[in-house]
Amino acid sequence: MSSIDPRDPAPSRIKYRMERLWLTPVYRSLIRTGIPAALVLLVLGGYLKDPDTQARMARSVTQARAMIEDRPEFSVKLMRIQGATDPVATMVRESLTLVFPVSSLRLDLAAVKEKVEQVEAVKTADVFLRGGILDVEISERLPVLVWRDQGALELLDGEGARVGGVAHRDARVDLPLIVGKGADQHASEALEIIAAIGPFAPRLRGLQRIGERRWDVVLDRHQRILLPTENSVRALERVVALQRARDVLSRDVLVVDMRDGRRPIIRLSQTAMTELRRLRKIADGEDASL
Amino acid sequence: MTHLYETQKAMRARRRSALQKGLVAILDVGTSKIACMILQFDSSVQSEAQDGLTAMASHGAFRVIGVATTRSRGVKYGEVSTMEETERAIRTAVQAAQKMANTRVDYVIACLGGAEPRSYGVAGSVHLENGSVMDCDIGRVLASCDVPDYGPGREAVHAMPVNFALDHRSGLTDPRGQIGNRLSVDMHLLTINTAAIENLLKCIKRCDLELAGFASSAYVSGISSLVEDEQELGGACIDLGGGATGVSVFLKKHMIYGDSVRMGGDLVTSDISLGLQVSLSVAERIKSFHGGVMATGMDDRDMIELGGDTGDYDRDRRQISRSELIGVMRPRVEEILEGARECLDAAGFDHLPGQRIVLTGGGSQIPGIEGLASRILGQQVRLGKPLRIQGLPQAATGPAFSSCVGLALYAAHPQDECWDFDLPVAGIGSQPLKRAMRWFKDNW
Repeated sequence: MSSIDPRDPAPSRIKYRMERLWLTPVYRSLIRTGIPAALVLLVLGGYLKDPDTQARMARSVTQARAMIEDRPEFSVKLMRIQGATDPVATMVRESLTLVFPVSSLRLDLAAVKEKVEQVEAVKTADVFLRGGILDVEISERLPVLVWRDQGALELLDGEGARVGGVAHRDARVDLPLIVGKGADQHASEALEIIAAIGPFAPRLRGLQRIGERRWDVVLDRHQRILLPTENSVRALERVVALQRARDVLSRDVLVVDMRDGRRPIIRLSQTAMTELRRLRKIADGEDASL
Repeated sequence: MTHLYETQKAMRARRRSALQKGLVAILDVGTSKIACMILQFDSSVQSEAQDGLTAMASHGAFRVIGVATTRSRGVKYGEVSTMEETERAIRTAVQAAQKMANTRVDYVIACLGGAEPRSYGVAGSVHLENGSVMDCDIGRVLASCDVPDYGPGREAVHAMPVNFALDHRSGLTDPRGQIGNRLSVDMHLLTINTAAIENLLKCIKRCDLELAGFASSAYVSGISSLVEDEQELGGACIDLGGGATGVSVFLKKHMIYGDSVRMGGDLVTSDISLGLQVSLSVAERIKSFHGGVMATGMDDRDMIELGGDTGDYDRDRRQISRSELIGVMRPRVEEILEGARECLDAAGFDHLPGQRIVLTGGGSQIPGIEGLASRILGQQVRLGKPLRIQGLPQAATGPAFSSCVGLALYAAHPQDECWDFDLPVAGIGSQPLKRAMRWFKDNW
């Protein structure tokens, strides 16, 4: 048995095996990236698992956020409302409940816009930030109708949307009145009818929605024009033509019924009816005094 | 032969899987140095080469990515003599080569210089059943070769079909598909000592490597240093190694004879050491720097400082003339070459059409050896260096690396050997039946 020459450059078997293992790609990548990555993850995980640390980190994050948000460059100092009358502007201000100055980073313009548009008198709103000023440009709804529904008086715009309430009819005598359940949903039709009303305009008391189906035009002296469900405006135009030619509604007529498309049907008042019968008897040669 | 057939077949399978992985190590276990080379195969080129390109085309298919040599320990006369030291030396070489290649290798193809190779020419013939040569007929004719009784303790490492003859036509290299009645084959069988190869195998196993092929170093240095004409027309390669001198004779691109002389450059060194009373390392140094075999008048005046490493630096100022050194070296070199001459005579080298002799191996670097060799071996002697292969560093291109390079070529493109063909295994059907019969006889 010869002893090993100390100058022998041969690697020991362990070293040789380790070297071979190191040269194996799988082990190599494992040792080079896998184990360090696992260690880092382990340490990080252990550090982050502590709830104190989590709270501290969350706090520092919010603090940093607040610090940036509170910078004067981002602050919004006042709100300017344009295109609205004073009462509407007040309503908008009340609805927003913003406390100025506010940071523009905390301000959700879309939400502000939505909130402003929820105000009834506002048709559309545009919200901008212009150099520290919150600009709200409003186009208001204009009331064109007064709607009485079960005793409450409400103002409607042309599309039937509610603009506001009114205490007495007298407050808005300039606007025509519509009555009845579901009338607001057909406000535009009502407007068309009112536009076509012609010679009856001074006598018009209002429109009544009947059975959520069709309109009645109510005139003074308890006269009514019953309009059909379809083609209501055309039917009214026929009545207007009848009035111009024959002065129908200046006579003692209670109702002009246009529901039957073929002919208008007229209901006379009681006195007119007896008078008519009397006159017919005279015409037939009978004694009128009988 | 079946056992051998199986082991060789298994080695071939391992070689194939190594090539598929793309990495294989070459290990040349010599007496003076152990060289390890790591080859990287490009599998796409490799498959192209197998599709019928020439042998030279496949040289581009691999590239050397790591080379390391180390002084050999525990190897004598080209055989493992001290296993542990050899293992350590192999480990050194393999580790350094792996480090250079920056990858690990699992399969190794090895060659051994010594181990008393012996050549046999065997012949066999079969009658063709269907009038033309099929693939299976090749296997049959190879199986029909009457294997000589090479004795226990020996093992065949190469069994190459050298020549096929079909009826009266001889000299066929690939008879498949040809018409004929009788197919005969000449096969060259090279056997070596089983003990030597098993010792080497054990050393390699202990280094966590697997043997994917084994070759005789005489054969592989012939592959790398003989040019194609010499292999075709007949040529001998004499590999002057450290502990053994390999002799291989080639004809028609096949080795037809291989042998080794158990003498080499280490004997020259020990002669110098004994004759001039210097240590072995000094002897090796002056052999390498000043050695020669042809003395001239100039050499009498060429004085060499021995500087014998005796520890007595003040007084040990011995000098010898170069002719004295040549006088020590020449008889031994002559003896080695005469040994090679005997091998060539035994091989019938005189009868070959071409008789080129190529000297390679580390010993061929002695100045003037080609002159001496042509006196002993014949006129047509040249010095051979191995072929260039891709990625081989300059330091490993010398003649000392011819067997290493040859082994790389062998690994990339091995010649057909007997075990590459499917031998018809006659016994396999009847054997279980026989065993059953015997069992019945024994029990009733």
